[in-house]
Amino acid sequence: MRIRTTPKTAVALVAGLALVAGACGSDDDSSDSADDAEEAVDEAEETLDSVADEAEEAVDTAVDDTEEATENSAAEETDEAAGDGETIRVGIVAPSASNDLAFTQSMVDSVERVEAERDLEVAITDGTFVVEDAAAAIRGYAEDGFDLVIAHGSQYGGPLEEIAPDFPEVSFAWGTSVDTFGLDNVYAYTTNADLGGYVNGVMAAQLTESDVIGVVGPVEVGDAKLYVDGFSNGVAATNPDVTVNVNYIESFSDVALASEAATSLVANGADILTGTAQMVVGATGVATESGLPWFGTQSNQTPLGEDIVVASQVYHWEIVLNQMLDSLEGGTLGGETYTLTFENGGLEMEYNDAFELDEAVRASADEAVAGLTDGSLTTGVTE
Amino acid sequence: MWSDFFTVSVFVATLASGIRLATPFLLAALGEAVGQRSGVLNLGVEGVMLIGAFAAYFTKLKTESTVLAVLVALGVGAVMGLIYAFVTVIMQAAQGISGIGIYLFGLGFTDLLFQKQVGTPQPIPKLAKVEIPLLSDIPWIGEIFFQHNLLVYLAFLLVPVAWFMINKTTFGLNIRAVGETPEAADTLGVSVNLTRTFTIVIGNTMAGLAGAALALEVGIFQQNLTAGQGFIAIALVYFGAWRPVGVMSGALLFGIVSATVLTLKTLGIVEGAASSLLAMAPAILTIVVLVVVSRRIAAPAALTRPFDRAAS
Repeated sequence: MRIRTTPKTAVALVAGLALVAGACGSDDDSSDSADDAEEAVDEAEETLDSVADEAEEAVDTAVDDTEEATENSAAEETDEAAGDGETIRVGIVAPSASNDLAFTQSMVDSVERVEAERDLEVAITDGTFVVEDAAAAIRGYAEDGFDLVIAHGSQYGGPLEEIAPDFPEVSFAWGTSVDTFGLDNVYAYTTNADLGGYVNGVMAAQLTESDVIGVVGPVEVGDAKLYVDGFSNGVAATNPDVTVNVNYIESFSDVALASEAATSLVANGADILTGTAQMVVGATGVATESGLPWFGTQSNQTPLGEDIVVASQVYHWEIVLNQMLDSLEGGTLGGETYTLTFENGGLEMEYNDAFELDEAVRASADEAVAGLTDGSLTTGVTE
Repeated sequence: MWSDFFTVSVFVATLASGIRLATPFLLAALGEAVGQRSGVLNLGVEGVMLIGAFAAYFTKLKTESTVLAVLVALGVGAVMGLIYAFVTVIMQAAQGISGIGIYLFGLGFTDLLFQKQVGTPQPIPKLAKVEIPLLSDIPWIGEIFFQHNLLVYLAFLLVPVAWFMINKTTFGLNIRAVGETPEAADTLGVSVNLTRTFTIVIGNTMAGLAGAALALEVGIFQQNLTAGQGFIAIALVYFGAWRPVGVMSGALLFGIVSATVLTLKTLGIVEGAASSLLAMAPAILTIVVLVVVSRRIAAPAALTRPFDRAAS
C-alpha cells in the first residue's frame, strides 16, 4: 500500500487562496505606508504560522489516509495477508517530484520493488525542496508512529540530527551520507556513484570527436560529486587527451541555469554531455537540440531524449532498503551505513537500445563494470 | 585558463548567453514596472510566471503549436491580472500579502496540474532561433544580438514601447499621476481604479509571457521552474528606478554576470569554494546597486497605497 502526498502543493494552494481572501477582508483605510508595512509584516507572521500549521495538518491527513487505506486494504485482502511478520510503516520525505526521472524517482521506484516482496505501508511526501517543510514532514511521520522515516536528501541531515533523538523508538534513515550522527536510531545510506560515473566516462572518452566533454553538476557534494569525479577519472583513464569541463551551477533545482550551463559547455567545444541531479532536464534539452550524446545517472533518463541518451547509471535503493528493513526487524533501529555498489546489485547500467552504440565501446563498458564489481579496477575517487 | 576566457569566441558566446538569461527577467520586470508606476506592488510575479510557464509548456506539449502556447500564456497571465486587480483595487486588500498569496497559489497550482496532467517530465521542442537576415551575418554582433528566438527580440522591443507608453501617451500620464497622487488624478477625472486595473493586467500578462519564454527556452517544465526569477524581477524594477531602460539595464547586467560566472566555471578558471562564492555574484551585485539607487531615486509616492475615493 502506497500513498503519495505533496503537502507543499496543498499548503500552497490553501495558503494562497487564504491570503488573497484574507487580504480582501482588510478594513484598513489608512493611507500611511508605514502602517501598511507594519500591518503587512504582522499578517505575514500570522500567515507563516498558518502555513506551518497547515503543513503539519497535511502530514497528519496523509497519515490518516494511509491508515484508512491500509485498514480497507487489509479487510479486502485478508486472504493475501503478507507473511508472518507485522506490517512495517515507512514514511519517505523527498525533495523533488516522485517522477522526476532522477534522485526522488530512483527511491520511489525502489520502494515499489520492495513493496512487491514485503508487507509495507508506505507514505511518500515529495516536493519538499524547502528543508523546513521536509523537517515538518519528518517530525509528522515520527509523531504518527511510523516505524521507519526516510529523509531522502543530503540537505535533510541538519533537521534529522535534531529530530531523531526526540523519537528513540522510531528508526530514521537519510542519504546520501555515511554519517549516522552517532545515534542508535539513524541509518545512513549512500551510493558509490563514482562507479557508474567511471563507466560512463569510459564510453564518453571513446565517443567524443572534439576531445572535450561537458558535465553539469548541482552542488559539489554527495553522490553528485562522486559521479562527476568518477566520470572524469573514467575519461582520463581511457583517453588522457580528452578535456572534461565541469560546471557546478550551485543549485539542485534551477533548470534554466542548467540549460545555460550546458549551452556554455557546448559553446566551448563539448560534443558529449552528462550531468546529475533533478535540474539536468534543462541540460538534456540542450543535448537534444544539439544532437549530442547524453549520459545519465540516478534513474534511467532515456525518456528525456530517446535519440541522444546513451546509457544511465540506475540506483536500486531496494538493496539498502531491504538491508535496513532486515536490521529493523531484528530489533536494530539504526547506527549503520549502507552503500549501493555494482557488487551488491545496487547500481546497474541501463542502455538505451535506440542509441546505436559501437560494440567495442559497449564491450569496454562491460569490462569496466566487471572490473569495478570484482575489485580488479578502481575509480580512483576518494571521498 | 584565463587566456581561454579572453578570446573573441568566448566573449561573444557569453554575451549572447547573458541576453538569453536576461529575457524572462526583462519581460517580468517591465510589466511590474508599469504596475508599480501606477502605485501597485505585485509580489505574485513569480506565481504568475509559473502559471504562464506551465500553460505554455502544456499547450505546446499537447498541440505542438508555439503560437498557441504563447497566446495561452498571455491569456492566463491576463486572467491572473484581473484576479489580482479585483483583490487589490476593487477590494482594496493589502498589496504585499495579496501578492504572496498569488505566488503561493501559482506554486501549488502548477505543481498540482503538472503532477495530474503530465506526470513524468516530457521534453518539448525548444523555441527555434530566428536569425535576422543580414544583421545575423555581422561578425560578433550578429551572434550576440541577432541569433535568438522571437521572444528575446520581443522582450527588447517592448522596452521602447513601454517607455513611449509611460512617457508619451495620455494613458502613461494617467499611470504616473495615479502612482504619485491618486487623489489629484481623481479630481482631474482620471479613473484611478480603471487605470490601475489596466496596469495590473499588463503586468501580469507580461509575467505570463516571461514564464512562457522560460519554459519554451528550456523545453521542459518542472516544479518551481522559475526558481525565484519573479522575485529577482521585482528587485530589478527598483534597480532600474521604475524606468524601462533602467530595468533593461538591470536585467542585462544580471544576465551577463550570470553568464560570465557560468563561463568561468566551464573553463575551470574558478573551482571549489571560489565557484560557490562566485555563483552569488549576480545577487550581490544587484543588492549593491539597489542600495545605491534607492538612495537617489524615490519610489512612486502612492506605491502599495490602495485608493479609496470616499476617504479622499
